[in-house]
Amino acid sequence: MSDIILQLKDLHKAFDGTGVLRGVDLDIHRAEFITLLGSSGCGKTTTLRIIAGLEAPDRGRVLLEAQDITAMEPNKRSVNTVFQNYALFPHMNVADNVGYGLKLKKVPKAEIAERVKRMLKLVQLEDYGKRMPDQLSGGQKQRIAIARAVINEPKVLLLDEPLGALDLKLRRQMQLELKRLQKQLGITFIYITHDQEEAINMSDRIAVMNEGVLEQVGTPNEIYYHPRTSYVADFVGNANILHLDGHTVAIRTENILMDGEEFCTHEAAVEEKSFAGGQLRILFSLADGQKITASRFGIDADIQVGSRVRIGWRPEHAVAVEDGGR
Amino acid sequence: MKRKGNWLLLAPIYIFTLLFVALPILYMFLLSFLSRAEVWGVDFDFTLDNYGRILEPLYLNTFVESLKLAFLSTGLIVMIGYPYGYFMARMSDVWKRRMMLLIMIPFWTSALIRMYGWIIMFRSNGVLDRVLMGLHITEEPLKLLYTYPAVVVGMIYALLPFMILAVYSSAEKLDFTLVEAARDLGASSFMAFWTVSFKLTLPGLLSGVVLSFIPSMGLFFIADILGGNKIVLVGSVIQEQLTKGRNLPFAAALSAVLMILTSLMIRLYRKITGTKELEGFM
Amino acid sequence: MKRKKWPFVYVGVITVITYIPILLTVVYSFNASRISSVWEGFSLKWYGELFRDRDMGEALLNSLILAVLSCLGAVIIGVTGALGMYRKKSRLNDAMAYVSTIPIMIPEIIMGMVFLSLFSLMGLPFGMVTLVIAHTAFCIPYVYSMVKARLVGMDKALEEAARDLGASPLRVFFDVTLPLIAPAIWSGVLLAFAMSFDDVVISIFVTGPTVNTLPVKIYTKLKTGVTPEINALATLMLAAVILLLAVSALLGRKHSKRFGTKNPGRR
Repeated sequence: MSDIILQLKDLHKAFDGTGVLRGVDLDIHRAEFITLLGSSGCGKTTTLRIIAGLEAPDRGRVLLEAQDITAMEPNKRSVNTVFQNYALFPHMNVADNVGYGLKLKKVPKAEIAERVKRMLKLVQLEDYGKRMPDQLSGGQKQRIAIARAVINEPKVLLLDEPLGALDLKLRRQMQLELKRLQKQLGITFIYITHDQEEAINMSDRIAVMNEGVLEQVGTPNEIYYHPRTSYVADFVGNANILHLDGHTVAIRTENILMDGEEFCTHEAAVEEKSFAGGQLRILFSLADGQKITASRFGIDADIQVGSRVRIGWRPEHAVAVEDGGR
Repeated sequence: MKRKGNWLLLAPIYIFTLLFVALPILYMFLLSFLSRAEVWGVDFDFTLDNYGRILEPLYLNTFVESLKLAFLSTGLIVMIGYPYGYFMARMSDVWKRRMMLLIMIPFWTSALIRMYGWIIMFRSNGVLDRVLMGLHITEEPLKLLYTYPAVVVGMIYALLPFMILAVYSSAEKLDFTLVEAARDLGASSFMAFWTVSFKLTLPGLLSGVVLSFIPSMGLFFIADILGGNKIVLVGSVIQEQLTKGRNLPFAAALSAVLMILTSLMIRLYRKITGTKELEGFM
Repeated sequence: MKRKKWPFVYVGVITVITYIPILLTVVYSFNASRISSVWEGFSLKWYGELFRDRDMGEALLNSLILAVLSCLGAVIIGVTGALGMYRKKSRLNDAMAYVSTIPIMIPEIIMGMVFLSLFSLMGLPFGMVTLVIAHTAFCIPYVYSMVKARLVGMDKALEEAARDLGASPLRVFFDVTLPLIAPAIWSGVLLAFAMSFDDVVISIFVTGPTVNTLPVKIYTKLKTGVTPEINALATLMLAAVILLLAVSALLGRKHSKRFGTKNPGRR
């Protein structure tokens, strides 16, 4: 398929004898926004660094447009990175930072100035060219870091938790902006995060990673509604993982019914109530000891801790999953 | 990232350090076990005589005297320098910078020349005598130059900046809200200082002690200039053995003992503070 | 908490005391009398005598050459060493780094003794060469530890970012690493220069009969007797130091303006 721009083939990497990557295979499409999602230590940053060429895999290959770049120096790859803490050069002003890649390619000065100007306009920081990085706010630094990478027109842009250091409000705003930018530029974005919300908001596809392997790759819908493994179900959207009649099923907290209707066939004791993030969460324990969490919007549920209620779920909401992961 | 050619970066420091630091020091230890040749140089026969000679009362005394002087000067340096560095750390940023400059200026002028100022001061019928006699505090000139106190003053003067900078750099890192917290919890101002500030600035203080104690045993020129020939320190003996006595092995043995004393002190410092670097060293 | 006055008074008094001997040398450098405790009127004759003293001028020149060469050697060896050891950590490197700092950890007299015996063993003629080797040895630790500390504090991602943007390893060094460690090199060199320019103890042992450094020259003069010339020299050196500090403060202000930082940071 000519539509594939980057291929990872059976990547392995160990640090001090500990396997960080244990066979990663992934095909990434042209102009797609793909997110590597996983908790810290799952190997997502290592994968990214291997693509950038900052780390060499112990085994496996990286193909960019069908060309093997596994052993290619990082400065020779047409892949650029937006680093986690921006990594803006503190001794260069904003314009010099953004124009650095072009300067290395020996682009004429006038053209660099022109393109830097255009790029700063794109990230809405036109008047900031003469500023030094330490005079910028976190959000502004972030945009400059993106501009500095994007100006080189890389075939693939790697983003390593670029919004991690920003506050919640700014993060939401930047998510939309990044998505807009990606559509506008038509560049492939490989995005790393541990935030499922971020992944679902922005991605065309999500690759959920756990302990050095990809658990599932798919669209946000697929990942959310049809998790293949219990790890994915738990990590994306906090599903309940239940063992019923020898099967493992995942049921989202919002799909737990507790009004004593048709499907409520299970007797359960209310153990705990808590309110967080606009949601009321109620923890039940079933007769066989398994715990179930239900969530509702608002704080209105008049269920008392210690009482016993009947709960259940529609059969179509119980998704069978592989009992892998943790 | 793979690093090729790293050995090229490491080669100069390895070669230089091995050739001009490590091997020469080993050679010094070797020398200390050899005996002196007739005129100048060494004979390669093994002996412990040099170390035996250190134990002779004359030389043992110089060691004891040097240590005494070092302890005395270091003690006074602590008493003068610790509050200085501590108070400096509590000044406003503008004053911190000004004080730093004031400390650095004498530090940058020649140590010898600064000693010369004390000669003018202490000389018989010099400035100090004249001032004191003018104020009728003393009737006779004190004749302080070429006395023990003059040497102590010289040592303090030369080494005080090390103590101040060491204490300052650790006191500056101290979070003074901790002191306030201790006060809030009911500590008297002395207890707050003792249990919080002092404990947390101890590495700086100890580093200052090491940085002033070690050089004070070798600064023979201060004893020379301000003490005349009356005060003989280990440093002076080593210098004498090298220049006048022409006894390389004995000088080596003296140096070896001094070096062992020094490294014991540094070890002790590391053990107490659990750090590798000396605070305010740079 | 209320601010108390007496700490400032204490610091002030000690500072004044430390300046008294320095001010005395300045005042007496203009004294017409040879006996430094008697004031016989204003005179510049000691300055004249100082400038006519060819030995002194030669010693000053020697000291400057020596300090420059030693600093140069220390920069080359110290900076490459810091870079190499920062890039590849090993126990051997740690041990070597430790040994390289010995010259400033132990009393100077020991290094003097060590170099004297080494150079006589090697049969090197005592003079500028031996001086430069000995001074380089104690200058390296200042440069090395400053640069090493800066490298350890540096964000590794900066070098990686430059690589990522297309810079070859050499370009990374000149575009990113060097500008970022330059202040550390500079402060290491300033310290090393001061130490070399001021050193008596080691120089006395490794200098030859024909080469005098300024501190050695001053030392022998001080030992032989009263020399008001030294007052004039002290005053000139003090003036030079203040001038240098003023210039560097001005440059520093300009620098921090350009870099847009309020506090340039001590390290």
